[in-house]
Amino acid sequence: MNLNDILSNPDLLPWLIPVGPLLAFFIIMLATNRAKMVPATSHEYGGHHPDYDGMKVPVVTLQSRILSVTVGMLGTLTAWVLSLITVSNAFGAQHFGEEVFGDRLNWLATGVGEFTMGVLVDPFTTVMLIMVPIAVTMIFIYSIGYMAHDPRQSRFFALISLFAGAMLTLVVADNLLLMFVGWEIMGLCSYLLIGFWFEKESAYKAAIKAFTTTRVADVIMLLGIAYLYASAGTLSFRDILYNEAMLEHLASTPAIILGGWGLSAAGLIGVFLIIGTIGKSAQFPLHVWLPDAMEGPTPVSAMIHAAAMVSAGVYAIIRMYPLFEAGGNPHAGEFTTPLMLMAIVGGFTALFSATIAVAQNDVKRVLAYSTISQLGFMMAALGIGAYIAAAFHLITHAFFKALLFMASGSVIHGMEHGEHHVHEHHAHDEHDEAHGHDDHHDHGHHFDPQDMMNMGGLRKTMPVTFWTFLLGGLSLSGFPLLTAGFWSKDEILADAWLGLTHGFGAPAFVFIMLCLAAFLTAFYTMRQLGLTFMGEPRTEEAAHANLGQGIVSFTMTLPLIILAFLAVVAGFAGVHPDFPLFGAIFSPEHNWFHHFVGPTLLHEPASIDFSIVPVLFSFGVALGGLGLGYWMYWRKPLEAGQPDPLVSILGTVHPVLKNKYYLDELYATLFIQPSQWFARVVVSDFMDHGIIDGVLHLIARVFTWIGDLIKNLNIWLIDGVGDGIPELIAIFGTWFRRIQTGRIQQYMLLVVIAMIVIALIFAVSSGFLVQAAG
Amino acid sequence: MIPLWMYLLVAAALFCMGAYAVLARRNAVAILMGVELMLNAVNINLVGFWRYQQPLNMAGQAFAAFVFVIAAAEAAVGLAIIISVYRQRKSVIPDEADTLKG
Amino acid sequence: MLELNVQTLAFFVFALFVLGGGLGVITTRNLVHGTLYLILSLFGVAGFFVLLSAPFLAVVQVLVYIGAIAILIVFAVMLTRSMTSLHEVVNRQWVLSTIVAVLLFVMLTVTIILPVWGQDGSLAGQPVSEVVATTTDLGKALVDGNQYVLPFEVASLLLTAAMIGAIVIARDDE
Repeated sequence: MNLNDILSNPDLLPWLIPVGPLLAFFIIMLATNRAKMVPATSHEYGGHHPDYDGMKVPVVTLQSRILSVTVGMLGTLTAWVLSLITVSNAFGAQHFGEEVFGDRLNWLATGVGEFTMGVLVDPFTTVMLIMVPIAVTMIFIYSIGYMAHDPRQSRFFALISLFAGAMLTLVVADNLLLMFVGWEIMGLCSYLLIGFWFEKESAYKAAIKAFTTTRVADVIMLLGIAYLYASAGTLSFRDILYNEAMLEHLASTPAIILGGWGLSAAGLIGVFLIIGTIGKSAQFPLHVWLPDAMEGPTPVSAMIHAAAMVSAGVYAIIRMYPLFEAGGNPHAGEFTTPLMLMAIVGGFTALFSATIAVAQNDVKRVLAYSTISQLGFMMAALGIGAYIAAAFHLITHAFFKALLFMASGSVIHGMEHGEHHVHEHHAHDEHDEAHGHDDHHDHGHHFDPQDMMNMGGLRKTMPVTFWTFLLGGLSLSGFPLLTAGFWSKDEILADAWLGLTHGFGAPAFVFIMLCLAAFLTAFYTMRQLGLTFMGEPRTEEAAHANLGQGIVSFTMTLPLIILAFLAVVAGFAGVHPDFPLFGAIFSPEHNWFHHFVGPTLLHEPASIDFSIVPVLFSFGVALGGLGLGYWMYWRKPLEAGQPDPLVSILGTVHPVLKNKYYLDELYATLFIQPSQWFARVVVSDFMDHGIIDGVLHLIARVFTWIGDLIKNLNIWLIDGVGDGIPELIAIFGTWFRRIQTGRIQQYMLLVVIAMIVIALIFAVSSGFLVQAAG
Repeated sequence: MIPLWMYLLVAAALFCMGAYAVLARRNAVAILMGVELMLNAVNINLVGFWRYQQPLNMAGQAFAAFVFVIAAAEAAVGLAIIISVYRQRKSVIPDEADTLKG
Repeated sequence: MLELNVQTLAFFVFALFVLGGGLGVITTRNLVHGTLYLILSLFGVAGFFVLLSAPFLAVVQVLVYIGAIAILIVFAVMLTRSMTSLHEVVNRQWVLSTIVAVLLFVMLTVTIILPVWGQDGSLAGQPVSEVVATTTDLGKALVDGNQYVLPFEVASLLLTAAMIGAIVIARDDE
């Protein structure tokens, strides 16, 4: 089996897709991550960190930078090319959906069965394979410029390669176990990447927060997977989800807990898996990690929050959708427990986080909450049975959200440029030696380049960024007809409206929530655009903000342009054929997206009839929000020092929104502090130091005591014997020596005495004495 | 006739007296005199046993004769040594000749 | 038991000489006296020899022991200035020596004398000339090739060596 065979075989080709980025990770980590040591105060190291004063820190060499970037790009481009081949294979295949590409290997033999590794390409995977490599490649290109001055750029590329590899593994996986492997690797990468600038306390804390929050969800998800394995005997998607008998079996078995309340096994598994997604895709109540994850570099935010990680959560649900649907029929109003959960959580989260986004001043945080909100949209869509719509929104969201994050990254980069310029300028002006280069932090306030209140007027200095940001923002808001976001959002609302008209409760709830959320989305997007780009610069740094010339700015603007293009046109793949004008242009026969992705499910979801009402609602909320934002922030852009008018309008509500409903504080009191207390007092002090150390010390003391005993025994006995015998001999000798007096008469006396004694012995032994006596 | 055991008794007494002199006297010449006594006691024994047991066999008398010879030689040499030692050390006390003391 | 005749009387007189002389030898402080006591004892022994039908030995005893050895001892006493009694008579171990001497006497008595206790010399009653070898026989025995000529010659060698040795040892080194 050689490479050619694999490349030409559509069943085996998917194996190679994740290989590129994963291999790039290993190569970069092992070979091209060379660093040179510079003093920590050096300019190359960037931030001045007091902990490292006087030390030398590693900064990656230019050669390694170039090599790592090349290797990383090669990895992701390979993945892209192979994905394109697979996609074209998929387009060319007949009855794609019933027939799929796939291959399987036996991996781990257990007692009763085997765990397998395998790949599966069905229609849904195919559209993911269109989206993921594009987004990832754009992010890679962007990172070349964004991280060009970072001391650890090669490590960054290694980690995002690993991240991309994990995402691709997850996408092409054919069973839950392999998918979970990709899931967990992404969790690890998110930790490593969010805490990439680990010198910053807020960064590493955010990394830990992300990891632990998603971990909580992952454990429950694993329980769900285990239960599924126990009930079904397999974890393969095809065997469970494309199998009527299996789904019925799972839907009819009562769950091992709460089964008495009517929860089926499928329902319990579904709930657990959904909890996993709630963690990974940052839904309420496990959404708290996502805004803090903005501490990572912007490409990471783009990757995590647009292309990869949060998408993985929704991907998992879309993948397992038949399981959630089993036993019910959302289109007929029968909502199973998992579906209800998704609808409620998704709908609530969509509105909840949209309200928080309205009051945020950090440009990335607005986008973070916006992501949470949009994921809520997707989840809610799935909850009401709008499978295709959710998948469609996932794809379009990835494009415009990645675009928005990267554009905001450009904005921040430009602002930092401006900050640098300003301080250099100031340093030139003042010839006072007291003001050294490091003193610019002592000017009283710390300048935050991410704070939108410090921006303004950037459309003049960063035009490309402005236009791409605008397109992305309009797409996010669902600007009618011309943006991808509109088409995907509209489809969700259409599905919800249909359910509402039938009188089903869940769709009605979802419809209302999503409409309100869409309104707020449009509003805060316009607010963000207005504060950042419109009017005049509110600070000197903003006035000098630009990206500069050269390769750095090019690599940062090119992806924006490409993604902006996709943010507009990608939506035209899913137009309803009955839509006025656009339907005829883009979907002459059928909704292409629906037609292609539909067969992923055993029962293709029926396309819904076109209704103008939800479209009008979409128009209304989108334009309404955009208009309100325009009226408040674009007509009369904010001046320097002018407070946000929203603060006075919302009054007491505003601080609540700004502080994220104080959820972080609540969690800290309820969960984190008790855990830390427990860890410190019970585990560390009591168990570790008290019991385990106690036992060890005890054993040590016992053995030391035994050792001492043996030592003393040794000294007493062996030394005693060893020393005693010579001493005895010496004493004996000294005593015996006294016989040698040198006086002959004494010798003679002894001889005579001896003679008498011997004679006596002889006499007695021969019985002579007895005889003589007798 | 005198019973043999009387001669033997006298000889034994004489022998023990000589032994005492050898062991206990402080003067070297006195020791030598003790030796002569012992030798005489031996002679009495020899002759006594010869007379009472084997009067026809000359072994007894011959042996006694040889004892004479030995006694004479020993006395001569011993006294020569005593005189020589006296010349060196100016002392005839054996107790003082303890240079071989260990 | 013992008849009271001249032999018995002679025996007791001679025994007295022997034992008395011996006692004198071992106890006297003055060595010249001691030598005289020795001579007395030797005389007694000579008398014993006569009683025991060994006349030759009696004469030799007198000639050699008394005439040569005792005189020699007198000379030695004089040459070593031992006649003046400056020292103790006995040395440190005289107690033990006494005990040992007594024990020795007991041992000798028990082992040698007791077995011959009963015998009273059955042979002694017969005429001497028939039962006892004469001096001639002694002389023959001393030079007979089958008897004692070898010890005789060796004895003469010994005497020569002793003579030479004594002269050499006692000679003044000048």
